[in-house]
Amino acid sequence: MDFQLVKTIFLENWPMFLRGAGMTIVISVISTLLGAVIGLLIGVVRTIPTPESNRKRAVLKVVNAIFSAYIEYFRGTPMIVQAMVIYYGSALLFDIHMNRFAAAILIVSINTGAYMAEIVRGGIISIDKGQFEAAHAIGMNHTQSMVNVILPQVIRNILPATANEFVINIKDTSVLNVIGVTELFFQTKSITGNNFKFFESYFIASIIYLLMTFTITRILRHFEKRLDGPQNYDLVGNQMQV
Amino acid sequence: MERILEIQHLRKSFGNNEVLKDINFSVDKGEVVSIIGSSGSGKSTLLRCINLLEKPTGGKIVYKGRNILDNGIDIYAYRTKLGMVFQQFNLFNNHNVLSNCTVGQIKVLKRSKEEAEEIAMKYLRVVGMDQYINANPKQLSGGQKQRVAIARALAMEPDVMLFDEPTSALDPEMVGEVLKVIKELAEMGQTMLVVTHEMEFAKEVSDRVIFMDKGVIAEEGAPEQIFNNPIQERTREFLKRTLKAV
Repeated sequence: MDFQLVKTIFLENWPMFLRGAGMTIVISVISTLLGAVIGLLIGVVRTIPTPESNRKRAVLKVVNAIFSAYIEYFRGTPMIVQAMVIYYGSALLFDIHMNRFAAAILIVSINTGAYMAEIVRGGIISIDKGQFEAAHAIGMNHTQSMVNVILPQVIRNILPATANEFVINIKDTSVLNVIGVTELFFQTKSITGNNFKFFESYFIASIIYLLMTFTITRILRHFEKRLDGPQNYDLVGNQMQV
Repeated sequence: MERILEIQHLRKSFGNNEVLKDINFSVDKGEVVSIIGSSGSGKSTLLRCINLLEKPTGGKIVYKGRNILDNGIDIYAYRTKLGMVFQQFNLFNNHNVLSNCTVGQIKVLKRSKEEAEEIAMKYLRVVGMDQYINANPKQLSGGQKQRVAIARALAMEPDVMLFDEPTSALDPEMVGEVLKVIKELAEMGQTMLVVTHEMEFAKEVSDRVIFMDKGVIAEEGAPEQIFNNPIQERTREFLKRTLKAV
């Protein structure tokens, strides 16, 4: 391998690589966050206990059926196909001509949301039943129990899975090149269109991807540790009470 | 004597399995009532029905003159009047000791943070856990967790405390510290309903003992009667079995 050539390609094209990497990161960050919010909302709705009244029960059933369809569709089809369907479909069917960046955010967000919905639902049902019971016994209703007791624990528990989604998104945004989003893969493709040095150019892209995913996992791991709080505690105030 | 709870013809079935069959008893203010009986006799289910963690199949639960199984009763407000202590402690894992004792007061009773902390500290002192306010549940021993759970329930200042086998999940050496706290509460005049396997304890603290067998109250009376002169044959059988084991 000619390292000199790799170096030259990088020095000649670094602004394009950097812009591509920037686009990839921006899309991944925003979409993972939006996807997590979508997943959290759906996961919470899907774990609402069966209501007493018939009407509420019917409404909840319909809503859950819609969510199930959404999850099955977006988990069961490739994102590259979803991108095509949404980007061209919205133009053809609804005459909406989406900005490529907005389309990218939309596609990755709803795709991530489908996975996150299941991750959140799993997170909620894995919380010990005793936590719900203790919250109810103290007089909290379902919403109060969720907000004050259950969800904080769920969010901590699903952080590793969310980080995983984040890493997947950094890599999978590369499929968005099919709708012309100028992320890292698209930029690399443009570069090779000029220099025909496929191996060297994509090798640089791979290193940039690796740097991004590696950095993100480290940052999130640090964040997890901070959420866990201190490992020790101090006894309080013997002297005060004398 | 003010009547706080009156259970009338209470029934509970899980599918075809009738766990509680026509339960009747009452609790007056300041009374300590123990419920004893073998595993599967329905003691815990009875307690969980009283605060509606299980939905009774039939009957009435009359709290201060109102049947709380009627439609339109605010069961969340009712539950704040009952303090529940679980076998498995169930401290909120995402809250430290102090916050476990304040979150219900702040979110449900709408007390201010300062007031809630003051009340929480008062009860944490009662159970001897006031030094541990910054600790997280996972850093505590079983006995310490259960004492915090008792303080959490007391901090809501309930009319009745319900104990669901509070020492059954504890190591033998920690049973004493929890029973001591419950005994102190009894002396302070707290109304309590205690499901327990600790016969000596039940004999000592109770004003009244209820012996349950196969979903019915087989015998009810003063501790001296139940433990020394039981009328029913099955009460005698049960006591012979459990006391021999000790």
